[in-house]
Amino acid sequence: MDTNIIQAAIPKFIEGFKVTIWLSLIGIIGALIVGLICSLLQYFKVPIVSKIISAYIELSRNTPLLIQLFFLYYAFPVIGLKLSATFCGFIGLTFLGGSYMSEAFSGGFNGVSNTQIDAGKAIGMSRRQLARYVVFPQGLSLSMPALSANIIFLIKETSIFSVIAIPELTNTALDLIGIYYRSNEYLLMLVIAYAIILIPLSIVLTILERRVRYGSFGN
Amino acid sequence: MAKEILRVEKLNKFYAKQQILYDVDFSIAQGEVLALLGPSGSGKSTLIRCLNGLEEFSTGDLFFDGQKMVPTEKNWQQIRQKIGMVFQSYDLFSNLTVLENIVLGPIKVQKKSRSQAVQIATRLLKRVGLADYLQTYPRQLSGGQKQRIAIVRALALHPEVMLFDEVTASLDPEMVRGVLEIIKELSEKDNMTMIIVTHEMNFAEQIADRVLFLEDGHILENTPSKQFFVNSQTERAREFLESMKF
Repeated sequence: MDTNIIQAAIPKFIEGFKVTIWLSLIGIIGALIVGLICSLLQYFKVPIVSKIISAYIELSRNTPLLIQLFFLYYAFPVIGLKLSATFCGFIGLTFLGGSYMSEAFSGGFNGVSNTQIDAGKAIGMSRRQLARYVVFPQGLSLSMPALSANIIFLIKETSIFSVIAIPELTNTALDLIGIYYRSNEYLLMLVIAYAIILIPLSIVLTILERRVRYGSFGN
Repeated sequence: MAKEILRVEKLNKFYAKQQILYDVDFSIAQGEVLALLGPSGSGKSTLIRCLNGLEEFSTGDLFFDGQKMVPTEKNWQQIRQKIGMVFQSYDLFSNLTVLENIVLGPIKVQKKSRSQAVQIATRLLKRVGLADYLQTYPRQLSGGQKQRIAIVRALALHPEVMLFDEVTASLDPEMVRGVLEIIKELSEKDNMTMIIVTHEMNFAEQIADRVLFLEDGHILENTPSKQFFVNSQTERAREFLESMKF
């Protein structure tokens, strides 16, 4: 283990760190938006559209992100659609995450007890009013644990972007190893870099989960 | 004879192939209190839930205020404002404060102004002795308090009929009394029309004008309450009453 090598690599790792954070952030936001929209359309059982969404969810959850990325990066240019690596990363993460997030939201909405829904109907609320004032607020807090698990999962998945040469953390480390043949130092740095992102984040998410739970649980 | 407010004709209800209710016929007059009694699984809860459309009935007719109910979602939303319901499990909206629970219907469904709705809520809460709990969340309340608030939530829409579905069944014994007193007062002071599913025989005897006795989805008796508790028409009802005594 050579500390000089570690020190010299820090600037490169910081660059990779930024890319990982940035891609995770926009990918997760994209996934949350896609997931929420899909789960709402499914909640209201919009005809045809909800069938299409089901198909999307199955496809997205049952194929590896790696293959989805290859498809975006290598197969799309064949039909004349050349996407930049970063853009492929963003689309890939949103495509994969959207289905997971959608299932997390749906799980929350469906988890709201039927008796709460009966109570809402009994005071004359329409389905839409019920959704807005009862089902969604309660469902969102119910879906928090699954949402935060997905957030952590998606950040870890960004390591796969190294294969399409996005200069994020894993790609940076593999590159350096390839150039200098020093795997111990760079792999250690890589682990630490991910831990710096993920450990504080999971603590924050756990606190958040508890807050939200407390806000609306226990009939 | 007071005006008839609700009438059920030849109501049948199936779950898949199993029949739950058989040709149920009865009516209730304004101000009348009807107790729906019978053993577990006799279809009492299903019947009471059919009256405000929480359960669909398979065949039969429902008349409210002389008008035949056409069972569309819109019509049910209208009718439910006139037929309030309180449940066994209280089911206050757990994400909302007591006040928001009560004003939600008046504001969103009946389009009343917020100040008007708050006024109604405050007055009703005072009446059930819970005026200090406006900003409390349901989880901070006892079962008895929740149930009283659930009654207030239903009353806030100014219903003409109230349905009570085993409202004291999950309460501690000492909480039961407070809730029953409120129901009794509703009948005596407000002359509220009520249909009550209950296992509290003493309460039913005190409050009901008439008893519908159900078994296996059939109405076995439709008898004035005085007669039912002293001298039921059917052997089955006598057995049932006997079994409720210790």
